Amino acid sequence: MLAAHLAPLAASLFSLLAIASLLLAFVMLGSRWLKDYMLAFAAQSWLIGILSAAVGYYGGYAELYWVGGLTVLFRGVVLPWLILRILRRLNTARELHEVLSTSTSLVIGAGAVIFALVVSVRLAAELGLASNVVVLALTVMFSMKLIGFLMLTLRHEAISHILGILVLENGIFLGTQILMPGMPLMIELVLLFDLLVAVACFGVLVRYLLTHIGSTSSRELRRLTG
Amino acid sequence: MSLGLRIALLWLAPALAVALGLLARRPRASEYLNLAASVAVFVLAVPLPFLHGLPATLLGGYVIVDALGAWVALCVAVVYLLASIYAVAYMRQAAHRQAQLPVFYALFAGFALSMLVAPLVNSVGVYWIAIELTTLVSTFLVGFEHNAESMEAAWKYIIVVSSGISLALLGTALLYWGGSFVYGETYMLTWASLTAAAPHVPPVLLKMGFLLALIGYGTKVGLAPMHTWLPDAHSEGPAPVSAMLSGALLNTAMVGIVRLLAAADAAGQGRLPHVALVVLGVFSLLIGALFIVRQRQVKRLMAYSSVEHMGVLALGFGFGGTLGVAGALYHMLNHSLAKPLLFFGAGNAMQRYGSKRMDDIRGVWGQFPVSGAIWLCGAVAITGAPPFGLFPSEFAILRAGWSGPHLWAAIVMLVLLIAIFVAFLNHFRAMYLEASPLAPPAAPTAAWGAGWRVLPMALALAALLALGLWWPPAWQALFADIARGLGAVP
Repeated sequence: MLAAHLAPLAASLFSLLAIASLLLAFVMLGSRWLKDYMLAFAAQSWLIGILSAAVGYYGGYAELYWVGGLTVLFRGVVLPWLILRILRRLNTARELHEVLSTSTSLVIGAGAVIFALVVSVRLAAELGLASNVVVLALTVMFSMKLIGFLMLTLRHEAISHILGILVLENGIFLGTQILMPGMPLMIELVLLFDLLVAVACFGVLVRYLLTHIGSTSSRELRRLTG
Repeated sequence: MSLGLRIALLWLAPALAVALGLLARRPRASEYLNLAASVAVFVLAVPLPFLHGLPATLLGGYVIVDALGAWVALCVAVVYLLASIYAVAYMRQAAHRQAQLPVFYALFAGFALSMLVAPLVNSVGVYWIAIELTTLVSTFLVGFEHNAESMEAAWKYIIVVSSGISLALLGTALLYWGGSFVYGETYMLTWASLTAAAPHVPPVLLKMGFLLALIGYGTKVGLAPMHTWLPDAHSEGPAPVSAMLSGALLNTAMVGIVRLLAAADAAGQGRLPHVALVVLGVFSLLIGALFIVRQRQVKRLMAYSSVEHMGVLALGFGFGGTLGVAGALYHMLNHSLAKPLLFFGAGNAMQRYGSKRMDDIRGVWGQFPVSGAIWLCGAVAITGAPPFGLFPSEFAILRAGWSGPHLWAAIVMLVLLIAIFVAFLNHFRAMYLEASPLAPPAAPTAAWGAGWRVLPMALALAALLALGLWWPPAWQALFADIARGLGAVP
């Protein structure tokens, strides 16, 4: 397995990219401005694309260059552009109602990372993999998952929800690139395509929400109960 | 007809209905195209589980036709046919949306197509994508009525289900990683290769992968406590869409859980996976019972009944053994027959009374002498009373639980089923026998289309009655076969 026997330079490069992606997730968690989320998400996708290429280079997987390039193209350029288009239609630039203050949500996010670390250390120990990169990749994968769910619960704006779901998937993407670089190309391509379709659907729905409910905040979605 | 050709036609029929319907852009044409596609799908899918030479893989191993997948495809085909017949009358009545009908039927056929593909997908990763696609297509069907309620339901549906099944993607990734300890870095993770590798996969990865996938796909199945999208989506879509969601969609996600359970069993994971499934099943029954008792809205009543029946299915597969698996598979078809019937009845009542509240729906006997009687029989059937098909299937599941290690769950199931029986039929008693506080609604016009409404309900009821009186021996052999294939029998 690649991640278990890495050259020191490759190990530090992978670690750097993974940690930078995690920090960008915290940037999203700490910001109230929708445009900032989007930029942080785009930057994160670029890092993951670079990571794919790096894994392809060090592991000798030629198809990962393709995956990296397409990740940058789809997640780093097309998706942010689509989201920007949705944002321009809306008159909300930021989250108006805070469930928790920024600092509280950052602290909860830090707690989530610690939890993910504990789980990852146990998991790696059980698998007999002592490599730091493996533990780090697992930690980042699980914590981005948890941070994505935090964003989904703590935020009300439709755009924040879409980005929350994209962060969930970015985490999985990052983890699979490091831990399972051999995943068949076809699956990765279809996943990318699927994401594109999903965001297009979200975009249409956001427009409908605006027309029929007059707001894109989930605080207004309280007609259906019981 | 060769198997490959049959599957190709099975997928081509709804695909053609989508393409031609969108090209023709005429409401009537798209209506009949969809109807023709549903008949073709039904004819092609009915013999599918009983063909010789199953399981077979097609398209370079990406498609598997095994008895389990074929059975679920059959359930989808049944619901698609019933819902397509009913949709003719129901959607014509929704007069203000006539121009949108070609789009509706294109989405409808596309939704059916995605559900016919998902259970036959062989690759674990591609299955995940197929399930995600069913969500994306059906979101627009849920929101089709374009009012505030349906938009809210559609948004909740896509957000809750997408975030939920992203957990299943994480689970799939962990399972792939586990398999790479056996097969090496690059391989294709199919259901069969996962089951074969399972004994050698590190147990911790298999366990985590299974539990994450259970939560993820469980969201799509509507198992409580991940069911929160279900009552909204089922109650706000047009009635034919509710029928498709409840009768067909939930089953296609259940297949994934069942196949992963087989892999966990092959690895000798002990009782944990079964206990997890049984606990979710019992909790779904409990949530279903609580919300059925206090329900005031007719379609939400049916939706919580779906949560209940998915709980029953989870219990059947969780109890395991030939009896549990056979009961669950039989229950799947019975539920696919009964739930559309109930949603059609609810759709009739909603359109006639112009309200979804059961307090407004009174004196149903007077309004619907024929379809009202069928709807009432359907209500008796869905609560698991004889002589309808859900009685033998629920009884088989109960027996499976009785003899296994989960006796407590079987007892709780029995109590909750009785509570649901009382509460559900009490709502129907009120709707049928209590006097209306309001003036009775106007008599239907010629556009009501009584024939299109009664036909699917009568067909479903006849099938339910037949299945309740006679469990075909060929099916018993089929179910035993599937149970053996899943490793439920040593």
